[in-house]
Amino acid sequence: MGSRSSHAARIPDVDSIQRETGFSQASLLRLYHRFRALDRNKKGYLSRVDLQEIGALAVNPLGDRIIDSFFPDGSLQLDFPGFVRVLAHFRPVDVEDHGNRDPQEPEPLNSRMNKLRFAFQLYDLDRDGKISRHEMLQVLRLMVGVQVTEEQLESIADRTVQEADEDGDGAVSFLEFTKSLEKMNIEQKMSIRILK
Amino acid sequence: MDSGELAGKIVYTWLTLVLGFILLPSAFGLSLGISELYMKILVKTLEWATLRIEKGVSKESVLKSSASVGIIQRDESPMEKGLSGLRGRDFELSDVFYFSKKGLEAIVEDEVTQRFSSEELVSWNLLTRTNVNFQYISPKLTMVWVLGVIVRYCVLLPLRVTLAFIGISFLVIGTTLVGQLPESSLRNRLSELVHLTCCRICVRALSGTIHYHNKQYRPQKGGICVANHTSPIDVLILTTDGCYAMVGQVHGGLMGIIQRAMVKACPHVWFERSEMKDRHLVTKRLREHIADKKKLPILIFPEGTCINNTSVMMFKKGSFEIGGTIYPVAIKYNPQFGDAFWNSSKYNMVSYLLRMMTSWAIVCDVWYMPPMTREEGEDAVQFANRVKSAIAIQGGLTELPWDGGLKRAKVKDTFKEEQQKNYSKMIVGNGSLNSELD
Repeated sequence: MGSRSSHAARIPDVDSIQRETGFSQASLLRLYHRFRALDRNKKGYLSRVDLQEIGALAVNPLGDRIIDSFFPDGSLQLDFPGFVRVLAHFRPVDVEDHGNRDPQEPEPLNSRMNKLRFAFQLYDLDRDGKISRHEMLQVLRLMVGVQVTEEQLESIADRTVQEADEDGDGAVSFLEFTKSLEKMNIEQKMSIRILK
Repeated sequence: MDSGELAGKIVYTWLTLVLGFILLPSAFGLSLGISELYMKILVKTLEWATLRIEKGVSKESVLKSSASVGIIQRDESPMEKGLSGLRGRDFELSDVFYFSKKGLEAIVEDEVTQRFSSEELVSWNLLTRTNVNFQYISPKLTMVWVLGVIVRYCVLLPLRVTLAFIGISFLVIGTTLVGQLPESSLRNRLSELVHLTCCRICVRALSGTIHYHNKQYRPQKGGICVANHTSPIDVLILTTDGCYAMVGQVHGGLMGIIQRAMVKACPHVWFERSEMKDRHLVTKRLREHIADKKKLPILIFPEGTCINNTSVMMFKKGSFEIGGTIYPVAIKYNPQFGDAFWNSSKYNMVSYLLRMMTSWAIVCDVWYMPPMTREEGEDAVQFANRVKSAIAIQGGLTELPWDGGLKRAKVKDTFKEEQQKNYSKMIVGNGSLNSELD
């Protein structure tokens, strides 16, 4: 095999991806190599199976939900822009962004709101904008496996929904979700820093 | 003289030189010092090249200097700290952040996938195949590189191919001849001689420089030798210093011929493909082999697949259930002179061997380690892990709990259950729920 070129020009549409996600050229190159490495059969796109084969992801209790977030709307193929778009949610927040951001432009993918939206859709399977008690139970069940009884899990789910629910509809909307996590340092908990 | 005679004369001189300088010394285990001289020149050239590269490259464009640092900043704190530090605290909506972050980190970089590609070098070694990050530096360097290409392809490659050919033919013919003799100690000595000579010839065919450490712990008869696996050449490297009984599947083609020939001279354990599936049969035959104290030690690679020599993956417990004494051996290649890792999904055997023969050299260290036996109350898996740790520490490799066969099979659910257990312990506490205290 010949040498791997260090030119970002090999990535298709690199400029628009850079603008959309805010990743540096060096990071995009690293992610592109990673995308190619995961694409074992050199199809040019990733399928669910390619991601499921990552050992550390397969043993993650929320592994399947995370893979779902890469394949929205029932799609079966993940191309590089789609791959990077999801990863962009976890880009660390740049301090300069807040000062001179143009209010006309869409929010950057790694803003606090968008990070919260990503977490929200891990719970909200049916995408109705609310986390019902049933959906809460489902995520809890994923995280504890068979270790906890149904009653204990139900009381945890009930308590959590009650605490966050303000308008009393028995479900947690996105606004209620963000309010209950006001004080949390989302920027730090949901950031992955790519070293050059 | 016409061209036919000239060609004949050249071939004749060539073969005589090869015979005189390489074959005869191999048979007697001597060395004329030619390879050492070659290695010295090579080391000096590479040092010069490294200095030139460092001078030529400006400060900003030097990419990461340590080859083993990951590409993302990892927070390796355990689950409790990652979630929020208090024991027995309740489930929070934000707990999902921890798992999603870990999941995304695994997508960007995971420990296992990177072990199946060749190690990245810190500085270039004048081979295009390892030229990952380095650009054009200066005309002098390019000239040296061109010279290197000429030397490797036009001088070294024909020499090495000749040697390999001679080595393998000698092995096949020699073992067949020795196999004709009746069972006796003379036959065993002769078969050892044939094996060792052929292996030495083949090692020279790769310009191999091997350092053996702790020869006093060399595996004895009736034992099992266990080593980490990087390439098929591992077998060659170990058999140059002692004779082993191989274990493996019967292949067709060239490998099959070699296997059948070797069995004639001394007993190896070859299995048909269908027999390999039957674990009890395999264990039974291996047990019979080591019970016979006159038979050579068995050589096994418990990882089951080739790893890239930066880490040791899960040792399959099968080899450790047989009983007997285990002699661990650690093999570490120096990637500066040639990359020995066989990426079986990328290269087939022939192109792999060609790559080997056009590298500078194969340099490696072999450490023999004190024998280990299974202790009371230790099961096969724990014993396997103990041996694995010992080999990893000795060879300076990292240890991974993952199965090397992961690239072909799904991971076990037990790993996921462990994570779920840890998490449950946190939110449910030791049996009582915090909310009951309200």
